[in-house]
Amino acid sequence: MAVTVSIPTILRTHTGGEKSVAASGTTLAEVIDDLEANHGGLKARLVKEGTLHRFVNVYVNDEDVRFAGGLEAKVSDGDTVTILPAVAGGAELAPAMSSTSVEASARRAGG
Amino acid sequence: MQLRRDLVEAMVEHARRDHPDEACGILAGPEGSGRVERFIPMLNAARSPTYFEFDPTEWLKVHRELSANDEEVVVIYHSHTATPAYPSVTDVRKAGEFAQLLPSPHYVLVSTRDPDEHELRSYTIVDGVITSEPVDIIDPEVSTEV
Repeated sequence: MAVTVSIPTILRTHTGGEKSVAASGTTLAEVIDDLEANHGGLKARLVKEGTLHRFVNVYVNDEDVRFAGGLEAKVSDGDTVTILPAVAGGAELAPAMSSTSVEASARRAGG
Repeated sequence: MQLRRDLVEAMVEHARRDHPDEACGILAGPEGSGRVERFIPMLNAARSPTYFEFDPTEWLKVHRELSANDEEVVVIYHSHTATPAYPSVTDVRKAGEFAQLLPSPHYVLVSTRDPDEHELRSYTIVDGVITSEPVDIIDPEVSTEV
């Protein structure tokens, strides 16, 4: 099954600058393994310990794979896979108090 | 960073409209220019007064539009509705994560905790380090004269 994978700008160092590349597989996991075989280094940017990083949104065509089996999401010939950052934040924890490292901020918040 | 007055007003208006929930969105510009030209309010899928996340379906649509127009995300803005316009620990942690796919945007924070006076500030957050950057509000009519 040949699919087209749309690659975020920052990951194009792995694809020789290509915006989108072809890959094959019947599930998202297989597509990512195939990507890794041809564009080494990509898999670690997307997957950790057998699941997608939580800051990565992956879509098969218009569908967010989180609701379609995650890495086991089915892909079909001609599908497009899109990778986007999961943008999030918010005031949930107390504001960091100064322009220091996140570790220092976290220590302060924890204290 | 330079921001057009109408874009600043649009962000503040969005933050006021969604208060007490956090509002979020994007300012986009031509790829590689670092310039901001377009205001794109996003849905906060969390609909929370203390958290925001882009709605994945809307984000895909917006991403395709940006990509087709050779535009990119320059600013990610969101509001804090009960705390100052300063990145929270959550903001820094999340920025550090998604920066692996979306490197070094500017982060604009709008605080709506005061019903009359908003606060709007801009930062970069790189490797966990928050750096404040001055916001220069420009009026398009006179910007070329300055």
